[in-house]
Amino acid sequence: MTIIQKCLQKDDPERIAKLSQIASEIRVDIVNTIAAAKMGHIGGDFSVTDILVSLFFGVMNYKSQDPQWADRDRFILSKGHCAAALYSVMAKAGYFKHEQLNEFMKPLSFLGGHPNRRKLAGIEANTGPLGHGLPIGVGCAVGASLAKKTYRTFVVLGDGELQEGSNWEAAMYGGHRKLGNLMAIIDRNRLQQGASTEETNSLDPLADKWRAFGWDTYELDGHNFAELLNVMEAPDTGKPKAIIANTIKGKGVSFIENRVEWHHKVPSAEQNIQAIKELTHS
Amino acid sequence: MTSLSQPETFDCRQIFAQTLIELARQDERIVIVCNDSVGSSNLNEFKKEFPDRLVNVGIAEQNMIGVAAGLANSGFIPFVSCAGPFLSGRALEQVKADVAYNMYPIILCAQSPGISYGELGPTHHSIEDFSWIRALTDITLLNPADPKQTKDAIHWAVQANKPVYMRINRFKIPKTTPETASFEVGKALLLKEGNDVTLMTTGILVPRALEAAVILEQEGISARVLNIHTINPIDKEAIIAAALETRGIITMEEAMTTGGLGAAVSEVVVENHPTKMRILGVSHFAPTGSASFLLDYFGLSVENIVKSASELAG
Repeated sequence: MTIIQKCLQKDDPERIAKLSQIASEIRVDIVNTIAAAKMGHIGGDFSVTDILVSLFFGVMNYKSQDPQWADRDRFILSKGHCAAALYSVMAKAGYFKHEQLNEFMKPLSFLGGHPNRRKLAGIEANTGPLGHGLPIGVGCAVGASLAKKTYRTFVVLGDGELQEGSNWEAAMYGGHRKLGNLMAIIDRNRLQQGASTEETNSLDPLADKWRAFGWDTYELDGHNFAELLNVMEAPDTGKPKAIIANTIKGKGVSFIENRVEWHHKVPSAEQNIQAIKELTHS
Repeated sequence: MTSLSQPETFDCRQIFAQTLIELARQDERIVIVCNDSVGSSNLNEFKKEFPDRLVNVGIAEQNMIGVAAGLANSGFIPFVSCAGPFLSGRALEQVKADVAYNMYPIILCAQSPGISYGELGPTHHSIEDFSWIRALTDITLLNPADPKQTKDAIHWAVQANKPVYMRINRFKIPKTTPETASFEVGKALLLKEGNDVTLMTTGILVPRALEAAVILEQEGISARVLNIHTINPIDKEAIIAAALETRGIITMEEAMTTGGLGAAVSEVVVENHPTKMRILGVSHFAPTGSASFLLDYFGLSVENIVKSASELAG
């Protein structure tokens, strides 16, 4: 039986409050973005929001006005269908204008249904088909060490996505190479498109699997900023890190939370009002 | 196979390995990513000189392509070296999404392609790569015919700053490219002038086409011979000229005829100047046999090229 490492909580109420505020605003942006497009993956966007906010507003080094800055930390959203969450975060981080979120999935938009690095500088890899992000992240991490650079690489994966075998090829090699500059964050919301992950093709014991592949593995609450930041900012241990971030699909809106049908359902006008009310008054 | 002489023959994997070492000495961005194929890709010398720059991910082709994409993201120029069938087939979606769609400067090197693994059977034959890779946008598809073209293609790819797929042939072949010929991507290399028929070929079949042209000449048929080393983008100009100036076109490829060189040429012909064609190549899973036997079996013998050309010219 594997003992899961417990992360220490560093109490910094001001920082946490700021991130919580940003996350709340991001979720409102996601609702509005999906409403304008009449398309999107709201359930997964909400489960991954706090992870993205922790990375972009707490942990990563980057320059949104110089997105190709050679020493930037690399971020790859392997679960590319949650592009609306990423775009909302990137808009707030200054990669493009906030009002351009309205272009999400419009004809010829630079904000497609999945991220595209040819259209939006700051995207590191075009994702969408699942199981691609981690191998690319491994390559970035190997590249950083070959180039003797200190940047880190963060890959966010969906939990259902781990049913793709290419992730385990990458996990094996990342562990073998002892890539201490690489972190995989699994958005463990336990639901995939049609059913729960455990009903479909079970992943548990998930932490044991990562640990067996040679990764320092942490299991935590993916909506708790203190827990997220503590692991994301932990020093290099000479091994890649895996965070299993337990999350709630649809987090923040009562009628969306944990309901499988909200994988890519679009809220009605009334539901939008209700969602924004819940997000801004909670 | 009729042979008029016994010229010295070459395995292009040798020049591949040698060229990469030379380039890596000059350019620190060059790295190799491979899948447990250090020996079969002839990379032991490279590994000895640049141990850190040979990234061997083991038997995991999807990860291999993704790792190459990550290295490209980090500013490197990755050569991916892998047996043809597993590079194009096993990792095709990664080639599409991670290489082509990302527009990363990755050079995919398909070792021992076509039916060069002969007796190992269809699982090890890389005969679909022309069709598959040609269907992907934004990848240049090269099939060098001899050591000079292999070296020239590698040099071109390093500076191209875009995705490239190329075959590195192991089937031993003589030199056919004049030392003075420049390697122009997208431009067919004219090896012999001719007015009656055009033989369009690629890679290891170039020597057979030249041999057939000599025999045809003796029979009073003047055959033009073009080496189509770039399958994508195809040289439309040379194809249209052949359709206009000769009485028919024969294509020859060590690949499936569905979607390969013959198909690429046909598309240009039917849209511009319809003419008679014969498309020679692999048409089904091969039976057991050596590479040489299988080329003959699929109608790629010199005798069959001559016969097909005579019929078209007649």
